[in-house]
Amino acid sequence: MKKIVGVLLAAVGAVALGGIALHRHEPINALWIVTAAVCVYALGYRFYAAWVAARVLAVDPSRATPAERHDNGRDFVPTHRWIAFGHHFAAIAGPGPLVGPTLAAQFGYLPGTLWILVGAVLGGCVQDMTILLLSTRRDGRSLGQMARDELGPFGGFAALIGTLLIMILLIAVLGLVVVNAMKHSPWSTATVFATVPVAMLVGVHLRQLRPGRILEASALGVALVLLAVLAGGWVDTHPLLRGLFDWSSLPLAGFVIGYGWIAAILPVWLLLAPRDYLSTFLKLGTVALLAVAIVLLHPQIRMPALTAFVDGHGPLFGGKIFPFVFITIACGAVSGFHALVASGTTPKLIASEADVRLIGYGSMMLESFVAIMAMIAATLLDPGVFFAINSGAGVVGSAPAAAVHTISSWGFHVTVQQMQALAHEMGESTLFARTGGAPSLAVGMASIFGNTFGRGLLSLWYHFAIMFEAVFILSTLDAGTRVGRFMLQDLLGHVYAPLGRTSWYPSVIFSSTLIVAGWGYFLYVGVIDPNGGVNILWPLFGIANQMLAAIALSVATGILVKSGRARHAWVTLGPLAWLAIVTTVAAWQKIASPDPRIGLFAAARALAAHLAAGSLPAQAAAAAPQLIFNQRLDAWLTALFTAILWLVILDMARVCMRKLRGMPVPASSETPYQTARLRPFAVPAQLPQEGGT
Amino acid sequence: MTPAGIRRTLRRRVAAAAGWLRALSGDDAYERYLTHHARAHAGPPLSRRVFYAQREERKWSGISRCC
Repeated sequence: MKKIVGVLLAAVGAVALGGIALHRHEPINALWIVTAAVCVYALGYRFYAAWVAARVLAVDPSRATPAERHDNGRDFVPTHRWIAFGHHFAAIAGPGPLVGPTLAAQFGYLPGTLWILVGAVLGGCVQDMTILLLSTRRDGRSLGQMARDELGPFGGFAALIGTLLIMILLIAVLGLVVVNAMKHSPWSTATVFATVPVAMLVGVHLRQLRPGRILEASALGVALVLLAVLAGGWVDTHPLLRGLFDWSSLPLAGFVIGYGWIAAILPVWLLLAPRDYLSTFLKLGTVALLAVAIVLLHPQIRMPALTAFVDGHGPLFGGKIFPFVFITIACGAVSGFHALVASGTTPKLIASEADVRLIGYGSMMLESFVAIMAMIAATLLDPGVFFAINSGAGVVGSAPAAAVHTISSWGFHVTVQQMQALAHEMGESTLFARTGGAPSLAVGMASIFGNTFGRGLLSLWYHFAIMFEAVFILSTLDAGTRVGRFMLQDLLGHVYAPLGRTSWYPSVIFSSTLIVAGWGYFLYVGVIDPNGGVNILWPLFGIANQMLAAIALSVATGILVKSGRARHAWVTLGPLAWLAIVTTVAAWQKIASPDPRIGLFAAARALAAHLAAGSLPAQAAAAAPQLIFNQRLDAWLTALFTAILWLVILDMARVCMRKLRGMPVPASSETPYQTARLRPFAVPAQLPQEGGT
Repeated sequence: MTPAGIRRTLRRRVAAAAGWLRALSGDDAYERYLTHHARAHAGPPLSRRVFYAQREERKWSGISRCC
């Protein structure tokens, strides 16, 4: 029976993929992509994941998990697998899979879609599941600790530094996305500002008024932020208030930086925790709604399968399809960051090792599907409109007429009237050069929702989408700053012990300030960059994220070889080799390419030459020295990431060689086997038991 | 099916959905802690307020959100 289902899935998947291939030169329906994706996931989950879990990882349901052994009713709690799946998915899903595919859509819909599917099924899902099982077998130890225990102190240190740097870059680029979405948009700005007091209200409710009534407080909060979207529309029509919320990008960056700093030093219950409840509800709700709407509406994809920009001259970011499509789509295919979550809270919830496939592999499949939906939302737009929204003024010109001229000359027809009508429909004053991916995703989502559930509400849907993205970007920003602060305090504690105390207020303020200054700097430079900044920061973040994935896969490969499973180590070694190649080639091009659109040093040299020749307008000339410094700094950071990547790989190779030659290696840190007992209380009384419906 | 039967089924379904939602959001975490405490420990359990305060503090001390 299972075989018949498998064969049927393979057949439907093949037909859908064939459909995509045959429709290369005409518009294709999004339903083909959705069908192909679902079949690829089903096959991957049913066959590859099952094989990896059983044969390579040797998942053993008879072995007691840390949740069972250390059950304390608080952090170690055996949890129903679907509940743990929900928690894990909510933890890994962030704005990454929304932004990456939007940017990669400049190559056409095909390359990004294929990498999202293949990368997830063979790479990202395997990484998440493997790290989740390895951590579950080690009492829920973190990736850094596992690297230290299994490979040696260098691996652990590399993981720590890598995580800290990636956190800073991630927050900066996400901050930039929010700033670009709110820039000169009173409606968006008023709505996003309003979410701050709403979150605080929810926080007070949960802490003081009715402790722990999470559902009730979240429902209240979600209702209030939806109201804030409506109220934003009213602000937008009010002559006085409109001016009050019409901010340019520099003060908005100041707001985001100030907000991040305050959120990091306030107690978590007041802002961070309640905001996260709101964003989790909105995230799960919107993802579900988007999936339903895409199936109901099944829109036509208007972007070609491949565009001319595969040659490296794309307006969103410079660089050829190889390696940059693999760098840009970070989170939807493989995300090193997930390894940190999979070795953090989730292993402490796993009731049985048998659940690892659903929770680790399955959650990443869903994340990948979110990326597919973002790709659909980006590519159903008229390509001309897509490029007009996403191309920085520095690339296509700041005047609308110049921008449409440039974009039309690429073969993507668009007019100023068309853009004005669209902006008017979305309740915005302009949609030109709204880089960062959020506005174009919001336009895509608004047209999906609007066409499915009522067209008159386009501007409401647009600002709902902006609010939705901003809310969970801001909660990533809070949470990331806080985690960065903890890591920094951990490091600083070695220098001066009191700085390591996470509750000592002077140290809290000092370390939070350092972290915020770190990402605030990159955010500031991104804002003053006439090309939008995202074109530089996002690839850098992508390289960092893939580097972290490579560290995680190195740890996994090392453990597989050490435990006598070298024969099967290709399961993690394969994705590791691919990521190492992609990341190294991308890093090499970012450092050494003579093309200023790609090479960071070349860009710095070109800008310096313009500055010296006096050919820059006054405003650009004022910003140029900072941009030149930043481009050089980014190049050195890229070199640092690549160095860390290869040192970890060599360290892993050293340990593996020693093992294969029969020399001593660090002992396995796996906790000894203990037989699992049946724990019926693990499932709340209201929930169906395992295997039921 | 009789109207009473339909109502019963409906009630059961709604209760099950609410149960999933409560477990997913952590709304029922305190009740589960009380069950655990009664089974495994002596002495008075934490109060609801203290339990949730500690829960938030723990949750946000590690990496619990991603990109």
